[in-house]
Amino acid sequence: MISPRYHREIPQRYRLEAGKCKGCGYVSFPPRLVCPECGKNDFDLFKLDNEGKLLTYTIIRVGSDKFVGKTPFAVGIVELKDGVKLTTQIADVNLDELKIGQQVKLVFRKIQDEGKSGLHCYGYKAILI
Amino acid sequence: MVGIVGYGSYLPRYRIKVESIAKEWGADPETIKRGLQLYEKTVPGLDEDTITISVEAARNALKRAGINPKDIGAVYIGSESHPYAVKPSGTILIDALGIGPDVHVASYEFACKAGSEAMYVAYSLVKAGEMKYALGIGADTSQGAPGDALEYSASAGGAAFIMGKDNVVAEILFTNSYTSDTPDFWRREHEFYPRHAARFTGEPAYFKHVVNASNALLEKSKMKPEDFKYAVFHMPNGKFPQMAGKKLGFTKEQLEVGWIVPWMGNTYSGSSPTGLSAILDVAEPGDKIFMVSFGSGAGSDGFIFKVTDKIKDIQDKAVKLRDMLDNGKIYLDYGQYAKFRGKIILNE
Amino acid sequence: MREVAVIGTGMTQFGELWGKSIKDIFVEAASGAIKNAGVEHIDSMYVGSMSSGLFVGQEHLGAILADYLGQNPIPSTRVESACASGGAAFRAAYFEVASGASDIVLAGGVEKMTDGADVTDSLATAADQEYEVYQGVTFPGLYAMIANSHMHEYGTTREQLAAIAVKNHKNGANNPNAQFRKPVSLEQVMNSTLVADPLRLLDCSPVSDGGAAVILCSMDVAKKFTDTIVKVKATAQASDTIALHTRKSFTTLNSVTTAAEKAYKMADVTPKDINFAEVHDCFTIAEAVVYEDLGFCEKGCGGPAAEEGRTALEGETPLNTSGGLKSKGHPVGATGIAQIIELHEQLTGQAGKRQVKNANIGLAQNMGGSGASCVINILEAK
Repeated sequence: MISPRYHREIPQRYRLEAGKCKGCGYVSFPPRLVCPECGKNDFDLFKLDNEGKLLTYTIIRVGSDKFVGKTPFAVGIVELKDGVKLTTQIADVNLDELKIGQQVKLVFRKIQDEGKSGLHCYGYKAILI
Repeated sequence: MVGIVGYGSYLPRYRIKVESIAKEWGADPETIKRGLQLYEKTVPGLDEDTITISVEAARNALKRAGINPKDIGAVYIGSESHPYAVKPSGTILIDALGIGPDVHVASYEFACKAGSEAMYVAYSLVKAGEMKYALGIGADTSQGAPGDALEYSASAGGAAFIMGKDNVVAEILFTNSYTSDTPDFWRREHEFYPRHAARFTGEPAYFKHVVNASNALLEKSKMKPEDFKYAVFHMPNGKFPQMAGKKLGFTKEQLEVGWIVPWMGNTYSGSSPTGLSAILDVAEPGDKIFMVSFGSGAGSDGFIFKVTDKIKDIQDKAVKLRDMLDNGKIYLDYGQYAKFRGKIILNE
Repeated sequence: MREVAVIGTGMTQFGELWGKSIKDIFVEAASGAIKNAGVEHIDSMYVGSMSSGLFVGQEHLGAILADYLGQNPIPSTRVESACASGGAAFRAAYFEVASGASDIVLAGGVEKMTDGADVTDSLATAADQEYEVYQGVTFPGLYAMIANSHMHEYGTTREQLAAIAVKNHKNGANNPNAQFRKPVSLEQVMNSTLVADPLRLLDCSPVSDGGAAVILCSMDVAKKFTDTIVKVKATAQASDTIALHTRKSFTTLNSVTTAAEKAYKMADVTPKDINFAEVHDCFTIAEAVVYEDLGFCEKGCGGPAAEEGRTALEGETPLNTSGGLKSKGHPVGATGIAQIIELHEQLTGQAGKRQVKNANIGLAQNMGGSGASCVINILEAK
């Protein structure tokens, strides 16, 4: 039963809510309690930009059991316009057209299922612009 | 004035051609293309469902409306492919879009007219003065059994409409619904694919309800088909809406813009709503639009819209239906399609 | 702190040990080490294991292994630092001896990976569950992204990565405990199945069962048991962000550069003084990056170094003479200890066909996750 931990991540996964350090302006995604840059622990809510570029990527051809039937799929690290980086799947793409540096935007997709009868789990994925 | 203040639609990028399906079942694609007027259809990605389609359509509607999501008082999603049998689709959507939590949310189901139901209730609540804005969505990842005629049409997509009183882009002048117990198409609880009563889905079901709802709406509004720039009917295939239009006295030209089914397929609850969305993308101030949905079981909801000057301000604020329909297509073969639609038994 | 020596080693064959349980595997390795050291008792033990809970459903590993090793009531603790668990267990044992708290301590590591668990999913617990793994990324996937960046930034080629696998298989062919005792050709690596582009099956370390153990004791005690003393010259550890995406660079592993700097300082050596090294080649790209980050060469030359034979057995800095994780096998928790055992064999001249000439100082680099943890130990023949 993953409900509690799934519910806890909704603001980040659905709405890209991050924390911006009131001390040094560092944006942490997901939000944290301690700023890794200046050590302060006072943050403002900060909504991430949903556009950015692909820094690196791979194509997962052997996935874990949770992703049975989903392979092959692309995963990459995206740097958003506000400088925040995150790991995300890249959807709706011909796998051989991926290149480092491509412009992407984040959309709302289903990420995984908790088995056949459990929760559908949603979040962000990147698509090429 | 009450009507649409923002609209948006969403279609997946994946497609399958009639030929690719026909080949697997030994059917003649030319017969299907000619008979049903269907050429290809949208297919949802493995990660797309009614909820993700609704979120992207509603995001586009919000972009056009330019309103604070918190001002939306109700969210209704109509679909016959809600991902959960029990758990509303709309709760996920409101948390994704920053609507609520002071908001009324419900999932609607009435075969292919669940979307127009959502629009109707959203409109009625605003008209009643219960709330400033209400969001009605029709979306589906339609099911059709492999080898069945529905497999050529059942597609994926949706459209979202924000109803309000200020900055209305398409005023709703009249509405009318027509409903009876007509068992033409259904899906029992726990069943994966719908069943249908073949030719009984035509005359006694689709045509009876669409034509009667339309005639009553014309009578109520004291308007004639020629008063409208555009008309859109539920599009289970390419042929039915054309035939219904003809029976009612609408011309091919009036139907043309909203008649997207040959290349989109039947998006079930999203069918006439996506057609309306395509019309609003190109409509001019003063244009009147006639829309009648159809949901098996059976019923039709009719709307008469009058486009206002404000339409020009918002058409370009989000992606247009036709852009999504014509561009960025990724074609699937039948094997990929079967995988995408969960038709392959996996070890889980 | 007291000087610490390694006086005995023991390990199992690495591979698919269908007939042996996690307890059997550990007891075989630990008994071997105790016998090899010639000690009559041990004061304490540390066991590195990444994920016995997921792999075989057994936690409280320290207790169960001390019990089956017949060592009750000595203190026994399981140490976890993902794939660096073995290195971390060694470090814990080192400090217990160096501090004077104990004289003779066993540091072991074990993993039983073939009992049917979802290995990909279990290994992925070493990454950020909510923000990496949730998206479907796997460990081959994370290192594949590092590889893609490395190729993009430094022009590293597919052939260069393949050369690392070829070299390690060549070394492993001469290691009786290795899982794969056979050489592979460049073509075989290049044509093997894609796992996570650009990494292929033969770029990846295998799924393995295995155990390894060493006996540490104070230098004074060591002299009573052996003449071929191997001294622990330095131990260092560092951490980095758990998620690869949070880092400023995907091609430099900060935990490696930091731990290396600390280890070199403690040992009072420079990279030039290191005669050979066992490094954490969970994937071929990892060996290339670690070689650079240990300071053996400039950034970007990890690939060419392998291709030009500079890291071969007869090269200037032999890497992974044991066959590395790639060929010897990678029973995760045992890996860090098995690296120490290779160092011990080389430094005591027992490595046979794999023997490095003039092996005096060896370095073992053991890494967890995509580099969020790194343990480096430097050993010297005394």
